[in-house]
Amino acid sequence: MRIKVVAALLVLFAGTALAGSLNVQVRNGKVRATPSQLGKVVADVAYGATVEAGTLQNGWYPVTLPDGKTGWMHESSLTRKRVAMSAGTGDAATGASSDEVALAGKGFNAQVEAKMKADGKLDYTWVDRMAAFQVSEDQIALFRAQGKLLGGAR
Amino acid sequence: MNARQLLAGIASLSLLGTVLFCGCEGAGEVGAEIGRATGVLSDSQADSVARGAQAVEKTFQDLTPEQEYYIGRAVAASVFQSYPPLDKPEANAYLNLLGQSLVVFSDRPETFGGYHFILIDSDEINAFAAPGGLILVARGMVRCCQNEDELAAVLAHEICHVSMKHGLSAIKQSRLTEAFTIIGAEAAKQVAGEELASLTEAFEGSVGDVVQTLTTSGYSRKQESRADAAAVEILRRAGYPETAMLAMLQRMDTRLSDSGGLGFAKTHPSAASRADALREDIVDTGSTVNTVRQQRFAAAMQSVVAGQ
Repeated sequence: MRIKVVAALLVLFAGTALAGSLNVQVRNGKVRATPSQLGKVVADVAYGATVEAGTLQNGWYPVTLPDGKTGWMHESSLTRKRVAMSAGTGDAATGASSDEVALAGKGFNAQVEAKMKADGKLDYTWVDRMAAFQVSEDQIALFRAQGKLLGGAR
Repeated sequence: MNARQLLAGIASLSLLGTVLFCGCEGAGEVGAEIGRATGVLSDSQADSVARGAQAVEKTFQDLTPEQEYYIGRAVAASVFQSYPPLDKPEANAYLNLLGQSLVVFSDRPETFGGYHFILIDSDEINAFAAPGGLILVARGMVRCCQNEDELAAVLAHEICHVSMKHGLSAIKQSRLTEAFTIIGAEAAKQVAGEELASLTEAFEGSVGDVVQTLTTSGYSRKQESRADAAAVEILRRAGYPETAMLAMLQRMDTRLSDSGGLGFAKTHPSAASRADALREDIVDTGSTVNTVRQQRFAAAMQSVVAGQ
C-alpha cells in the first residue's frame, strides 16, 4: 500500500515537473539564451502567448516558441492558467470559463484605471514617467563589471 | 415559504456556511445546488451564491500579475500625492541601474510591468514598495546611506516586499471577494455601468488598504524580517557585502532615534532589533568599500543628499 502511494506521488511529481504548455503572464516575456537573468535575450513573447516548457530547473523553464525558437524563461513570467485577452485585442478568447478569464478582460485592469482617471481621482503622470525608466542587460553588465560585483550565484 | 422549504433552506445555508469555513473547493456550488433543488433559491440567486462562494475562496494570492500591476500603479500615484517625485534624471537613472542589477538576483525578477525606481522629495528616512515593482525612495533614506552598498541593501529590502507580495496582503478580504464576484460573473467580457462602478470602488478600497499599510500602519514584524533575510540573500548573490545591511540598519537606528519616530520608524520595527535578528546569518567577508562604487554613488546622489 505504502509503495503504491509513493509510486502515485512520484508519477504526480514527474507530471508536475514536466510542464507542457504554459502561458506568458507578464507584458513583455523574455526568452534568454541561458537560464540566467543576465542571459542574452533571444526573443520576446507577448502577454498571453503559449510556450512549450520542459522541466523546471532552479526557477527556469527550457521553452520552445510556436515558431520553433528555443531558450529559457523564468518561472515568474509563466503561468498554467490560460490568459484570456481583453476584448478587442484581436487575441480575445472566446468561450472561456469564468476561471480562465481571470487573467484579463475583466478585473482590476486598464478599464478600471481609465475610470479612475475619468473621475479625476488620481494623476498618473509620474507613474507613467517612472514606468518608462528602462535599463538594458548591457548596462547592468557594465555597471556590475565596473563596480567589481563578482556575485552571480544565480 | 412552507415549513419544509424553510427547513431545506436552513439546511442548505448551514451546509454552505460549514463548507465555506472549511475552505473546501466547490463547496459553494454544492450549497447553491441544494438551494436550487429545494426551490429556496431561484436559478439566478443560486448562480450568484455559487459565484460568490468561488470568490470567497480566492485571496490576494489569486490576483494576477496584471491586476497587481494596476493596483501598484494606483498605489504609487496615491503616495505621490503626499510624497512628490524628485525630477532628477541622473540620480533616478543611477537608482534604476542599481535597482535592476539587484532585481535580476531576486526570486521574482519578472512582474507584469517590471520593477522601476524613483526618488521622492521627503526628508523622512523612508521607502515604499508599491505592488508590481514601483519602488519609491525618499531623499532622507539616501542621506542615511553612506555608499552604494548600503543603498543596495535598502533597495533589495523593498524588492523583497514586492516579490513576496506584502503590499497585496494588506488588502481586506471583503474587497477581494467583491471584486472576484464581479470578475467571476460570466455574462459579459467587459463590465459596465453599476458593475464597473462597484469594481472601481473595490479597486479604490484595495489601493487605500495598501497605501495605509505603506505610509501609516506598516507591515508585520514577520514580513519585515522575511524581507530583511531575503534582501541579504540578494546582496550575497549580487556580490555586495552582506554587512552593508547591518551598517545601514545601525545608522538608521541612530538617526531615527534622533528624528523622534518619523517616517520609517513609524512603519518598521526598530532598526536595532532588525539588525540583531540578522546578525548571525550575515557573513563578514571583510571587504573594503570599492572606490568605483563609492564614486558613482557620490556623483549621482550628491545633489539629492544636499537637498538641492
